[in-house]
Amino acid sequence: MKAYQRVYTRLEGITKATVSLRAAGVSNDELAVVAGRLAQVVRTKGDIVTLQVFSGTEGIPTDAEVVFLGEPPTLKVSDQLSGRFFDAYGHPIDGGPEIDGEERQIGGPSVNPYKRRQPSQLIPTGIAGIDLNNTLVSGQKIPFFADPDQPYNQVMADVALRADVDKIILGGMGLSNDDYLFFRHSFEAAGALDKIICFINTTENPPVERLLIPDMALTAAEYFAVDKNEKVLVLLTDMTLYADALSIVSNRMDQIPSKDSMPGSLYSDLAKIYEKAVQLPTDGSITIIAVTTLNDGDITHAIPDNTGYITEGQLFLRADSDSGKVIIDPFRSLSRLKQLVQGKKTREDHSQVMNASVRLYADAQNAKTKLENGFDLSDYDLRCLAYAKEYATRLLAIDVNISITEMLDTAWELFAKHFSPAETGIKQALVDKYWVK
Amino acid sequence: MKTTGTVTGIVSNLVTVKVDGPVAENEICYIDLAGVKMMAEVIKVNGDLAQVQVFESTRGLKGGDKVEFEGRMLEVTLGPGLLSGVYDGLQNDLTTMSDVFLKRGEYTDPLDREKLWDFTPLAQPGDKVVAADWLGEVKEGWLPHKIMVPFSFKGEYTVKEVKTAGQYNVDTVIATLTGAEGEDVPVTMTQKWPVKVAIKGYREKPRPNRIMETGVRVIDTLNPIAEGGTGFIPGPFGCGKTVLQHAIAKQGDADVIVMAACGERANEVVEIFTEFPELIDPHTGRHLMERTTIICNTSNMPVAAREASVYTAMTICEYYRAMGLKCLLLADSTSRWAQALREMSNRMEELPGADAFPVDLSSIISNFYSRAGMVVLNNGQTGAVTFIGTVSPAGGNLKEPVTESTKKAARCFYALEQNRADQKRYPAVGPLESYSKYLEYPEIIEYLDKTVEPGWVAKVLAAKNYVRRGKEAAEQINILGDDGVPMSYHINFWKSELIDFVILQQDAFDPVDSLCPIERQRFMLDLVLKICEKDFEFEDFEACRAFFKDLINELRQMNYAPWQSEKFQQYNDSVLKRIA
Repeated sequence: MKAYQRVYTRLEGITKATVSLRAAGVSNDELAVVAGRLAQVVRTKGDIVTLQVFSGTEGIPTDAEVVFLGEPPTLKVSDQLSGRFFDAYGHPIDGGPEIDGEERQIGGPSVNPYKRRQPSQLIPTGIAGIDLNNTLVSGQKIPFFADPDQPYNQVMADVALRADVDKIILGGMGLSNDDYLFFRHSFEAAGALDKIICFINTTENPPVERLLIPDMALTAAEYFAVDKNEKVLVLLTDMTLYADALSIVSNRMDQIPSKDSMPGSLYSDLAKIYEKAVQLPTDGSITIIAVTTLNDGDITHAIPDNTGYITEGQLFLRADSDSGKVIIDPFRSLSRLKQLVQGKKTREDHSQVMNASVRLYADAQNAKTKLENGFDLSDYDLRCLAYAKEYATRLLAIDVNISITEMLDTAWELFAKHFSPAETGIKQALVDKYWVK
Repeated sequence: MKTTGTVTGIVSNLVTVKVDGPVAENEICYIDLAGVKMMAEVIKVNGDLAQVQVFESTRGLKGGDKVEFEGRMLEVTLGPGLLSGVYDGLQNDLTTMSDVFLKRGEYTDPLDREKLWDFTPLAQPGDKVVAADWLGEVKEGWLPHKIMVPFSFKGEYTVKEVKTAGQYNVDTVIATLTGAEGEDVPVTMTQKWPVKVAIKGYREKPRPNRIMETGVRVIDTLNPIAEGGTGFIPGPFGCGKTVLQHAIAKQGDADVIVMAACGERANEVVEIFTEFPELIDPHTGRHLMERTTIICNTSNMPVAAREASVYTAMTICEYYRAMGLKCLLLADSTSRWAQALREMSNRMEELPGADAFPVDLSSIISNFYSRAGMVVLNNGQTGAVTFIGTVSPAGGNLKEPVTESTKKAARCFYALEQNRADQKRYPAVGPLESYSKYLEYPEIIEYLDKTVEPGWVAKVLAAKNYVRRGKEAAEQINILGDDGVPMSYHINFWKSELIDFVILQQDAFDPVDSLCPIERQRFMLDLVLKICEKDFEFEDFEACRAFFKDLINELRQMNYAPWQSEKFQQYNDSVLKRIA
């Protein structure tokens, strides 16, 4: 044990998530052990120190022993992390040995923006709703917005396994045990275990522990991206449950809540995580794909809303009645970095084809509204509707797995089948070259 | 004797300090964390307890740590070399930091102290001068950078001596002035100025009387912003705020552009670093980066410095304005700045206003917008700071405190609409909700009459009215069905679609369409209005739709064709034939 350890045995106050006591020389963010449970300093006021107890305070007595550890949470990093499963504190949960390695503080400083490089490497996923309409780029951060009943974890696992990356790091927050086993089995079945690292907090674990998960996952990611120049993909699911844990702690600390009972610092708290996504000049990169579950598709709630302002777009899952499939909604989805690769790393017609196909799909939605209101449909409306059904089935559905060139060819085929060149509004030069006669 | 203190409380980046002497509101202090000096600013004082916001992470800070107060407010360093700089919110030069990660307590000099500048004197011994008067000039890129009597000087001085033309570094004494009491004061090429105080030293601040061209049709044609004017762009995420702002930064007709990336994505700033050095300023033919300064406090950088960043950016603009230059300040986004204020107010346990924002939010915002403007300098020349801020309304709802407060302060309103963005109608500036108050200024109407064409504003208003009538027609068609309305409704609807597709929409990623000079905008609006003014007759609404779709397609191809090129002419002729 370390020499400067200080032990206290008298708590002044206890809430569901925090304890406070009189203590001297305690540093901000430092860890402590309260009655055997890990806790972190979140407030100092005079000689009163408030600690957030990660696993909750149930059963902690006022005479509990408090030992200060002198430093903030850390993770031991080395190549031994590969293929391993850990809990929120970085302890193995797969029965394997503890990791040997350099001990690093989690939640460390930001990359100097001037030292970043512009993301430029395409991440193909085979899913046209992503590759065609919302192309992903390494170094990007993007969440899935989905209702809880949608198969977001499956889509995310597909994307991760198809993406050409060196490491996949999963940060699971409030995962159901079933979903945890799903990820584990998919990774095993794909034979990808050696490049996977998982930090898991399930619904069986205390909620406040989740607050450590993103920082743990990203500290491991920074080790591989910065020290080893690897391409790292970080999966964070579900960030809504992470934000809920934030609001629990801020509530227990009597902070004034802002919109939707979330802490006023929600934007900064989320940004600190997502902004770890980076393309480094050395070719190492961290890409973050996250999940933000919605309440009945409501993206105006503070959690998806703040997330949308931080991330570089969002992928919106929706059940589509035309095709009977789950699709990536082309209207609400967006990849802000897509123009960095579209037409540059993909065929020249990419962005025009994408825009035309979405615009025509929008016309189909208008036709649908007319139909629902009981009006006669014009010939154009009928063609739009026929196009929309095929477009949703052959391109937007999440079970599509084709190359980007095939996606573009499919789109041209649909244009030619349903429309005249002028109706697509595509630049003449491209029509001359690609129109299917 | 400096005031000192000790840390007694820490909540995130709000630290309480027990002080042993006088402290001022907004005074800067340094907290000593095991040898690392962290900068902080006083935001509240209560008895001998000062609450300070720390511009760094407070991890590891302890009760009892020592604090030293500086007796000054947060300042920026002004002098040649600011252009093409990349700074954080506290004006640390990010390009000279060696580490990949930002190190706590690392403060770097914003100016290159070694670099020699070509100096030419402008003042002569014996001249009477006051603060902000020009003493000499150096060439910063292609811009004449004036060396001025420091803004902090009070009263009249007599020039005793000015350096002869030659090469000097910024710390060279280039002039000596004699004050009223006969004391000699040296002046170098640099000076410091507190960011939260507006730089004055001009004769008057008249109403703006000319337009700042941006090359974006929906701004220049329909809702022009004045040189020295203010505007803001609110919009939900994903509606193209950043793309629009970057377009303005690339194409805006200004001598100096300061971009404040305030609490936004780091990759957006990287886009500027990467692209701007390659791009050419359409007005001068010089590299864009030469006229651009970036103040970058991205969302993961410390919150308190986010608030400072917009002030730092504004102060730099005011500095260049005092040289008689046209400056454009773009701040993305002012909502993040307001949120930073909210976080601090929350930690100080102040009683909150609407949505937990501090109650004085509105006055803080209007105070900041009021620093923009055109000024007449003491020597009769003019300078301007045009300010465009973006606002990120929570949930896309414009009835929230930041949008509402900004609406009171800014004169142009560019409302980005989710609906338009969903339909990929970019830029998604709503044609009917958006406005420019400048279109009501007699000075501006007169200016447009002279520089664009006589009666221009009436044409703009006519175009807006076609859009309004089209919208009304669309609503009726939606209710009554295509067959349930007279043909005129369809025609009105398609006339507004014509304006929408040809004038309002613009492809920011197309090399030709992205930049539309005012001359071309005039041509296109005239052409489109000529079509709108015509009476049409059609067999049925299908024929009407087909006619206009073809017309729109050709006019769009015109937008993609180089101005006055053969292709452009061909499409133009074809359009005229269709409506003949």
